[in-house]
Amino acid sequence: MGHFSRIIGPVAIAAMVAPVTVQAADDVEALRAEIAALKAEYAQRVTALETRIDQLETTATVAATAAAPVEPPPPASSAPARKSSAFNPSISVILAGNYADLSQDPGDFNFAGFMPSGGEIGPGDRSFNLGESEVTFAASVDPYFTAALTVALSAEGEIGVEEAFARTTSLPAGFSVKGGRFFSGFGYLNEIHAHAWDFVDQPLVYQALYGGQYGQDGVQVKWLAPTDLFLEFGAETGNGGEFPGTRLGRNGLNGATLFTHVGGDLGDSIGWRAGLSWMDMDAEDRAYEDVDSTGTAIVNSFTGSSETWIADATLKWTPASSTRRQAFKLQAEYMRRTEDGSLAYDVEGAGLNDSYRSEQDGWYVQGVYQFNPRWRFGVRYDELDSGSTRIGLVQNGDLLASDFPLLLPASPSRITTMIDFSPSEFSRLRAQYAWDDSRDAATDRQLLLQYIYALGAHGVHKF
Amino acid sequence: MNAFIHGFCLACALSAALPANAAIKVLATTSDWGSLVTELGGDKVNVYTATSPLQDVHRVDAKPSLVARARSADLIVATGAELESGWLPVLLQESGNSKIQPGAPGYFEITSALRLLDIPTAVDRSMGDVHALGNPHVQLDPRNIAAAAKALSARLAQVDPPNAAFYQQRGADFQAQWQQAMARWTAQAATLKDVPVVVIHRDQTYLVHWLGMKELAAIEPKPGVPPSAGYLAGLVTKLGTTPPKMILRNAYNDPKASDWLAQRVKAPVVLLPFSVGGTPEAKDLFGLFDDTLRRLQAAAK
Repeated sequence: MGHFSRIIGPVAIAAMVAPVTVQAADDVEALRAEIAALKAEYAQRVTALETRIDQLETTATVAATAAAPVEPPPPASSAPARKSSAFNPSISVILAGNYADLSQDPGDFNFAGFMPSGGEIGPGDRSFNLGESEVTFAASVDPYFTAALTVALSAEGEIGVEEAFARTTSLPAGFSVKGGRFFSGFGYLNEIHAHAWDFVDQPLVYQALYGGQYGQDGVQVKWLAPTDLFLEFGAETGNGGEFPGTRLGRNGLNGATLFTHVGGDLGDSIGWRAGLSWMDMDAEDRAYEDVDSTGTAIVNSFTGSSETWIADATLKWTPASSTRRQAFKLQAEYMRRTEDGSLAYDVEGAGLNDSYRSEQDGWYVQGVYQFNPRWRFGVRYDELDSGSTRIGLVQNGDLLASDFPLLLPASPSRITTMIDFSPSEFSRLRAQYAWDDSRDAATDRQLLLQYIYALGAHGVHKF
Repeated sequence: MNAFIHGFCLACALSAALPANAAIKVLATTSDWGSLVTELGGDKVNVYTATSPLQDVHRVDAKPSLVARARSADLIVATGAELESGWLPVLLQESGNSKIQPGAPGYFEITSALRLLDIPTAVDRSMGDVHALGNPHVQLDPRNIAAAAKALSARLAQVDPPNAAFYQQRGADFQAQWQQAMARWTAQAATLKDVPVVVIHRDQTYLVHWLGMKELAAIEPKPGVPPSAGYLAGLVTKLGTTPPKMILRNAYNDPKASDWLAQRVKAPVVLLPFSVGGTPEAKDLFGLFDDTLRRLQAAAK
């Protein structure tokens, strides 16, 4: 009992005192809060009064100006909050469409020598076509993130999520992280949305190797060096489900992309950027359709690794010491892809399977000259090389090379010219003419007339 | 691949080894704000100006070099009121620099310290390049410079506390000098009152307003919309009855339309620097107003 009271005494005292101390602290906190609230209230009232004074002054000035137009109002020292809609996401809508006149049937478009990507390839349909309508919502989430959603509505009424990502704004040391669905940061053109392209369509190398643009569900980490020279490094990974990869159904990181960009100025008038990127993907049963040497429709599939290197360079001349709003942009990209694994022939029938290795590349170079503030003229040259493809089933004599007609050696190319007129920053009308030798057979002469309208929030454009 | 990783590590090591600079780094969107920061910060600031005075600040590329500057900036000084909305957001987003994001102390808009003119009651894109928050071309009213300087001095002190006293002193010195200069300019400007002028874009509004000149017409039918032949012909007819004393052209404007109109209405085109560096004489903010007034007075005689 004695022991007990000796122990319980101090504990009880402590237990009694502690709440008192806590309560005292609480009281001080409460007082502080009250004072803070009072302060805030007075600050609000003062602001309200200031606003009223401002309004009265404005009215007075308007009256004064009417009487004596030479007396300008003095600049005010404080301004009211300006954006009442700051909490709504900014919304921008892109409407686009074209008229196409094509000498070849767009239905049989393919890239000779390349496994079909299953993506958006070729010039599209003939005659009048509604293009993809794009709606983008963007806003700051909180002090730590911004987010954007871009929804694409196809002409057929399908809705697709093109991009939906959040990115950090407050990481230290030049880091930023982006997560969700987004266009990969490799190369130059991949991240740029269709309405900001300098031609109606993507370069052949993007169409053949990525089915247009490469986007995936994943994460991207970027780091920008604290140097006067622009120097950026990025790494991405995700589910790896988009061509050239396939959804593997396994946990963890699927595929990897690394990229670096460097850029700067040459004098006052020239800005440049160059980059090198690398992508490693895995494909499992990546199927494509072909017609074998007997004329039978078959489905083949590739399993293995796909590695791509991408080099890009862009140079933009905008004379800083001239009042004529001219500009010239030169850009080029080179991509080289190595695929290594096995190729299965007629997976639904014969089911033959043996090794496969291909090394393919492609590039484009384009120049766009803005010769007048509203007019631009551009030329682009595209080339692809199906390279050396080794098909085990052909080498061991099981099948003929002509059983894989899509993989027969070829070097598609295209020459494109365009002229566009932009009445304002928000509208653009374009005419494009191309001689397209993507198919093995004949040159497709393509005339495309395109319109692009931007509604809503002011779009921002990357370099 | 190994070369890639080596390059990565080398770059990291290089950037870590860079010496720390004592002066804070300021990225100013225009030469005027660059000049103002230099006036207020002296050798405590290291200023980089994003645009040249002959560029149209509405239309600027978010060049990689600018992203790199934004990355290491301690303070961004922008005009605000949507003037830089086509490119500054990209710089901020790509910079990976939390210090200069809107709302942070390192992000300062000049127009936040001013009351703007031409705030539209309704906005629609059919009206051309309208600025919903008001006319952002504020630099040609010296009273705006004084008000902006006051707020900017306070911001410099906030961003760089060890030198707060320095900025306060220097800011006070600048205000004194500026008031003196303003008294001189106001005296000179008396002769310009009620002088009828034609402008190109609505970016001389503050100047015209300050000097009490009469703006008869603008060569652009709507902001950012180039004039058609029909509109110009109408303008000539209209100005035939009330001829302007002069046509104001900014150094960055294409001279074509103003020269064409000058021949028809028999009024001289007065080239104005518009921004620091727009003419060789406009070396700093004081020079900007000295030169602007000198050119206007020469034409008004």
